Amino acid sequence: MRETTVNDAPPHDQAASAGSNARPVPFRGGGFAPQPRKGVGLVVFVALIALAEWGTRTGFITNLTLPRPSDVLITLGELWDSGLLMKHLQPSLTRLAVGAALGVAVGIWVGILIGLFSYVRAGLVPLVAALFPIPKIALLPLFVIWFGIDEGSKYALIAFGTFTPTVVATYGAVDNVDRGLIRMGQSFGLSWASIVRKIVLPGAMPGILSGLRVSLAIAIILLVAAEMLGAEYGIGAYILEAGSLYDLERLFAGVVILSLLGVIVSAVITRIEKRLLRWRG
Amino acid sequence: MELRLDGVSHAYGGTQVLRDITLTVPEGKIVCIVGPSGCGKSTLLRMMGGLERPDEGTITQLGEPPEGCLNPLTYVFQDFALLPWRSVEGNISLALEDHDLSKARRAAIIEDVLARTSLSDFARALPRQLSGGMKQRVAIARALAVNPAVMLLDEPLSALDAQTRVLLMDDLVSLWTRAPFTAVYVTHNLAEAVRLGHRIVVLSRRPGAIREVVEIDSDLGARGEGDAKLEQVQTHLWHLMRDEARAADAELADA
Ligand SMILES: Nc1ncnc2c1ncn2[C@@H]1O[C@H](COP(=O)(O)OP(=O)(O)OP(=O)(O)O)[C@@H](O)[C@H]1O
Ligand SMILES: [Mg+2]
Repeated sequence: MRETTVNDAPPHDQAASAGSNARPVPFRGGGFAPQPRKGVGLVVFVALIALAEWGTRTGFITNLTLPRPSDVLITLGELWDSGLLMKHLQPSLTRLAVGAALGVAVGIWVGILIGLFSYVRAGLVPLVAALFPIPKIALLPLFVIWFGIDEGSKYALIAFGTFTPTVVATYGAVDNVDRGLIRMGQSFGLSWASIVRKIVLPGAMPGILSGLRVSLAIAIILLVAAEMLGAEYGIGAYILEAGSLYDLERLFAGVVILSLLGVIVSAVITRIEKRLLRWRG
Repeated sequence: MELRLDGVSHAYGGTQVLRDITLTVPEGKIVCIVGPSGCGKSTLLRMMGGLERPDEGTITQLGEPPEGCLNPLTYVFQDFALLPWRSVEGNISLALEDHDLSKARRAAIIEDVLARTSLSDFARALPRQLSGGMKQRVAIARALAVNPAVMLLDEPLSALDAQTRVLLMDDLVSLWTRAPFTAVYVTHNLAEAVRLGHRIVVLSRRPGAIREVVEIDSDLGARGEGDAKLEQVQTHLWHLMRDEARAADAELADA
């Protein structure tokens, strides 16, 4: 290769051609490593809301298509002042907490068992695969018969809906735990329980937590679904009522509450990740 | 405590990996195992520590482990095998937590092994904050903490750069001269083998069988750079290994 380039250029103007050919090495690195950019998310939100506000004020967007954001805000304020917000939020949060806690706890347990025992894996992986794609809402009538029309069926729906994604995320995470570390634990004579508690569980924690993000988002979706099918109070009931009256301001107020709930849950998980996964740096 | 292997053979699904290994690991000595890549050194070591069962043959412990020994057969792994979520002292503590020790006793052991491996200043550091050489010193400290009867080291220095390797080798020598321990030391590196081994076992290419056993009587502490006798042994080992590696290459070409 080098010989041909030398031969191409006549000896006497080699220096000159080297001069004219000199150019910096083009940069090809960088990217593929997202950095935290503070405030960008907020700017996107604000810009979209400002656009909607401007559109509805100028009449560019009709009142039938989209409520005016400031009106939604006013509705939210009224909701707060009348004390109705807490009346709707409190049962919703209880349902979310109880249902998700049940589903996640059982899901992590089953996921770990699937990850560790061949028979459990052989027996349950196909079952989980069969349960995963079932729209859990479709089973609500069944849950009502099994667990009663009251809170029981709502807890069960949310628990069941968070269970499957948690199981899948957990056993995948357990599969990814460094086997070398497990061998190390065995070579020091650690008990089975110690290996699970001190090696498998912390090693699987990153995967379990990212599964939790998905599970909890699903939990919020199912919460609303459950409440739409029969609840006096709850965000879902509130949205359903507003929808049936075509009261867009109240409908959107409910949607805003749900979005905020999602953002808060996600922020809480980020907090937990920061704490539990500090070792990853 | 001694370790004795009697006619150990093993195959992984049709592929014979080890053939009729008979070997004694005497108390207070370091036995080095060298051999071409893939000849079954790691497999043999896993069997010695009870992490794997041989198809044929027996592995026996002779005599009692020393007083206060918590884990008679203790490994030091090539990739360190430290828990990334535990600090240096937490990693050492892991090996002690399943034993019935008082808190004070545990803390004393950790302090002692950290001092012996000059890691006292890094007790609270996380593995990712440590260099490779320091990580391996943590793993050695963890192994020392359980006061093993036999240490099983699988290429403990292979993941390290040449300078760190020399330093750690010196550390191992001084640890041994201060308190002689029994060890099986698997390595690719013949310089390590002649520096640390009282007995060097050369395995043939796969299926690994004992090709030759070389004894070196000189004191570990007295072995230094440019020792003519050691150089001679190393050259001899190198010839053996080269022949095996060549033959293994030729086999691959035929296949
Ligand atoms: N769990 C296993 N299942 C199947 N084959 C295996 C297993 N472990 C090792 N082997 C095979 O057995 C042979 C010996 O492996 P081993 O790791 O013991 O060799 P080694 O001498 O330690 O090699 P190296 O010098 O590369 O570390 C290799 O051919 C390897 O592919
Ligand atoms: Mg090996």
